[in-house]
Amino acid sequence: MNFLVPLPVVMPLFGAALALMMAGKPRAQRTVSLTVLTATLLVSCALLFLSTVDGPLVVAVGGWSAPLGIVLVADQLAALMLVVSSAVTLCVLVYSIGQGMADGHEETPLSVYHPTYLILTAGVTNAFLAGDLFNLYVGFEILLVASYVLLTIGGTENRIRAGSTYVVVSLLSSVVFLTAIGLIYAATGTLNLAQLVERLDALPDGLRLILQGMLLLAFGIKAAVFPLSSWLPDSYPTAPAPVTAVFAGLLTKVGVYAIIRTETLLFPGGRAAAVLLILGLLTMVIGILGAVAQSDIKRLLSFTLVSHIGYLLFGVGLTTQLGLSSAIFYVVHHITIQTTLFLAAGLIEKRGGSTALDKLGGLAKLSPVLAVLFLVPALNLAGIPPFSGFIGKLGLVQAGVADGGVLAWLLVGGGILTSLLTLYAVARVWNLAFWRTPPSSCPPRSRSLLPPLMVAPTMALVVFGVALTVVAGPLFDVSDQAASSLMERAYYVQAVFGGGAP
Amino acid sequence: MTPNLVYVVVIGVLFAAGVSMVLERSLTRVLMGMILLGNGVNLLILLGGKAGTPPIVGLGPDEEMADPLPQIMILTAIVITLGMTAFLLALAYRSWAMSGHDEVQDDVEDQRIMLLAERDEGSGTDDTDHHEAAR
Repeated sequence: MNFLVPLPVVMPLFGAALALMMAGKPRAQRTVSLTVLTATLLVSCALLFLSTVDGPLVVAVGGWSAPLGIVLVADQLAALMLVVSSAVTLCVLVYSIGQGMADGHEETPLSVYHPTYLILTAGVTNAFLAGDLFNLYVGFEILLVASYVLLTIGGTENRIRAGSTYVVVSLLSSVVFLTAIGLIYAATGTLNLAQLVERLDALPDGLRLILQGMLLLAFGIKAAVFPLSSWLPDSYPTAPAPVTAVFAGLLTKVGVYAIIRTETLLFPGGRAAAVLLILGLLTMVIGILGAVAQSDIKRLLSFTLVSHIGYLLFGVGLTTQLGLSSAIFYVVHHITIQTTLFLAAGLIEKRGGSTALDKLGGLAKLSPVLAVLFLVPALNLAGIPPFSGFIGKLGLVQAGVADGGVLAWLLVGGGILTSLLTLYAVARVWNLAFWRTPPSSCPPRSRSLLPPLMVAPTMALVVFGVALTVVAGPLFDVSDQAASSLMERAYYVQAVFGGGAP
Repeated sequence: MTPNLVYVVVIGVLFAAGVSMVLERSLTRVLMGMILLGNGVNLLILLGGKAGTPPIVGLGPDEEMADPLPQIMILTAIVITLGMTAFLLALAYRSWAMSGHDEVQDDVEDQRIMLLAERDEGSGTDDTDHHEAAR
């Protein structure tokens, strides 16, 4: 069944080419993108099943065997991320189609929207499947290039302003990543992750620490870790709602995925663990304080996005199996919930005419469905039991307590504080936008109801987020297995090379 | 293998010049800085591989061949840099067409806080129900 592995990358790329050829025929474009993304989702589910039953699936691209050619590796972690990301991209695509129909294509005026969206998907899946550092870089570049186009789509003044910062910061992180790749190649003579395992271990400690630091710096910018996060809340909210939603769900998490992969596979032993923990704490607390101060829903949600990246670093920084598996569970939860919230914010904008909190009010009476669609993921994000956010945070707190160090306890405290402040931030949105009587500065409301094609995918994601609670047991088993095979590095090496490393 | 000193100095100069250009406000200068940085990185990657005869079987003994992998990676990186340069140029042009300059502007948040600081106000929360009740 190894032929399935490249499909999540190849299908969206082919789909993008097809969709580009059908420029000007929106109907055909929609059919192509929907078919391709549905197929990607199905293949990803199959990969998750197969990698859980049989162990990692490995494909040597073009038949060039491992250290010479590029390998694609679908282990449990990669497959799990594939499933969640393709489910989210599919839902957001349906939403954007609904929005395009409702607005008469105001937000997606260009026929490049569908091809670019598919290329973004291909970049994300390629980064998850990459078994080679340079291929990971290429995956990042593919998704970044697509994201530049999506962020500046339409070319309005505001988007160009936000887009310039975003593009320059991303380019800089790519330069740092490429420099790190050059140095690693110079030091070891290979970029294959499985081969690097042995060769990096043989390097002097100081050199290894420098290489690790450079990779962390590059991925930290992409994942929006605290001192490197200020580009995010400024750029994301200016994009169209579905674009913001998919960026918020996926792009930072690809950075987190890269951190998890390199920290466990290439640089185990936790030499950067203390740094990761401190950065995680700062990201959590400072991010959520930013969210509390915001008066625009999209900006507020962007700050909660930054803040909750801190939880993921917390899990990775503990370097225990429980910490890691909770972090993986939390990634799954966070991708789903953050996307749902941004989609709900898009619905609020559609119904209430704005996302600025001082111009909203009385939405609960106006649209009870919308109220439910916002409230459930908001409570989920804040970690109210029994939602998955609570389970993820509980896992992290348990891992922190089990660790027992001073830093770990600090993070446990910081995590709980952040959770409370998140609840405060979303409750404020709830009070102002949904419960209070509409202020006089309210823009006139559109009479039309919300388009069903926008509500349905949001509802699907809300249900998916709630379902994470129901399947939390099996899901935690999968993430635990993924974590244990990550800790057991020989497992990955063996999957790629069969025998030992050459 | 010891790296060639000339290469090392050139890479250092390219990086330094690139970084100082990236710190400018004008997007065109930032773009030039990015190009310099990109070239610096490409040279750095080239430095990581063995130099030698062309890596084609049959042209010479295998031991004297250059390492082809860094060269392939540089080719990929050059293509990516080319695309990015074109995109940044378009972005700078669009910015110039819309607002008459191509400067990277401050964050909305920064602008708002600076405005508030000028007027000497705190960042007021927007709980207007209370304000209205107090009035």
